[in-house]
Amino acid sequence: MSAGVAVAQAQTATAQAKVHARLRGVTRVFEGKLSVHALGPLDLDLPRGEFFSVVGPSGCGKSTLMDLIAGLSPPTEGTVTFEDKPVAGEVPDGIGAVFQEDASFPWLTVRDNIAFGLRRAGVDPAETQRRVEYAIGFMGLREFATAYPAQLSGGMRQRVCIARTLVMQPRLILLDEPFGALDQQTRLLMGDELLRLWRETGATVMLITHALDEAAMLSDRVGVMSARPGRFIDVITTGWSRERDSNIVADPAFGVVTARLWSLLRGESLKAIGAKGA
Amino acid sequence: MTAQPPAWLAFSSRALDALVIAALFVAVWQGLYEYAGDSAITAPLATLSYAASLVKTSNFWGHAQATLVAFAYSLVISIVLGVVLGLALGLQRFAGDVAEPIFVALYTIPKVTLYPLILLIFGLGVSAKVAFGVIHGVIPIILFTLNAVKNINPVLLRTSRAMRLTQWQTVTTVLAPAVMPELITGVRVGFSLTMLGVLIGEMFASQRGLGFLIVNGISMHNVPMTTAVILIVVVFAIAANGLLLWIDKRMHRAA
Repeated sequence: MSAGVAVAQAQTATAQAKVHARLRGVTRVFEGKLSVHALGPLDLDLPRGEFFSVVGPSGCGKSTLMDLIAGLSPPTEGTVTFEDKPVAGEVPDGIGAVFQEDASFPWLTVRDNIAFGLRRAGVDPAETQRRVEYAIGFMGLREFATAYPAQLSGGMRQRVCIARTLVMQPRLILLDEPFGALDQQTRLLMGDELLRLWRETGATVMLITHALDEAAMLSDRVGVMSARPGRFIDVITTGWSRERDSNIVADPAFGVVTARLWSLLRGESLKAIGAKGA
Repeated sequence: MTAQPPAWLAFSSRALDALVIAALFVAVWQGLYEYAGDSAITAPLATLSYAASLVKTSNFWGHAQATLVAFAYSLVISIVLGVVLGLALGLQRFAGDVAEPIFVALYTIPKVTLYPLILLIFGLGVSAKVAFGVIHGVIPIILFTLNAVKNINPVLLRTSRAMRLTQWQTVTTVLAPAVMPELITGVRVGFSLTMLGVLIGEMFASQRGLGFLIVNGISMHNVPMTTAVILIVVVFAIAANGLLLWIDKRMHRAA
């Protein structure tokens, strides 16, 4: 009996060590004339090295969830921990965030945009150059290295933002609909790049997306959120191998996962747009 | 498919526009001369030749220097004060929202009515001119800077936080370059208005400066001098504005 308990405890301990980010009883209420209960309460464990996606109807608090994990805004209740340290009020070292909007600095060239964070952090110039040149090559920005963001397409600018986050070597990468503005083909290819980046860096990735196929194709697990206030109504494990790419869309299992996501989301999406009979 | 016109054509069409405007300007000038005669204005050619001899006299440069010194002080004070106040009010949203309409209202006051007070406060020297220049120039710089800070793309500030920048780093490496194009526009507007203020200041109650020369020419019935100094001031203003406009456009193109 006691041996069994010990084993169980040991398993819990290893499970905890593997958890990279943890949310417990997290809620977020925006106070104001009309208080908005945006999120929760919800619990989430992100294991180290996992590719986790979040899907949900519009306005369900997906971006709020990302802000909470990144430390960009505090939870109203509950706790967020990253690498066993509480996240409170500021962005912890080791988290990189890419936003939905174009966040490239228009006054800097692509190369200087990507080097920006490293220079502010005082990383030595040789190392900065090495990482920046690598990221430029990795994200396919070689021929645009001296261009300004205004000269680039939306997709290229988003790559600059991803590269700028990547060079900081974050252990947890948070992406808030980074491909939201891109066309479907470009999205699929960017998805491949994201998978390559994820495999190569070994980082934990949390991707927020409104595209069910994107979530199904990229993720180890997909969290499905309810209409506001957002909670996880289910978490789907896809079961893909680590070496996957966009060709997976031809796999019958891909259709099954996508269909499952939609069957979970359909009712919530109807609620979100205020339809009757949801 | 429409072909892009070659660059030289675009350039020459711009040069042509400038030429047409200059020609119109000279034509109106000549027309005014025909209408009002020698006692009010000097003809374009005669003015040019007078101006050419005027700029050879040390007396003229003494006055020009007086104006430039007063203008430089006013401009520096307007820019520093305008940028600092604009940044501070832009960063404090509430203070900015309160202050902005006040500044707009202040700006509509006919400032020349304040000049007697300025003279009483600052005396007859250079400080009154500087004060009057600043009164004209500082408010547009404040307003442009304030709005630039208020309208900064919020995702840039989120990015600064996500990159764990210190407040100082955020201000110097994100906020400052982000507001720079608008700020240059403010400086460009402030530049012209500061000059206006300084020249008006010199026209009343001053013994030095180009503004004084203009008014002095009138009271001494030296119409060619008045016209020539006006021409010189206009050329300087157009050149300076052209330079600032060029910087302005470059900044906005990058953004």
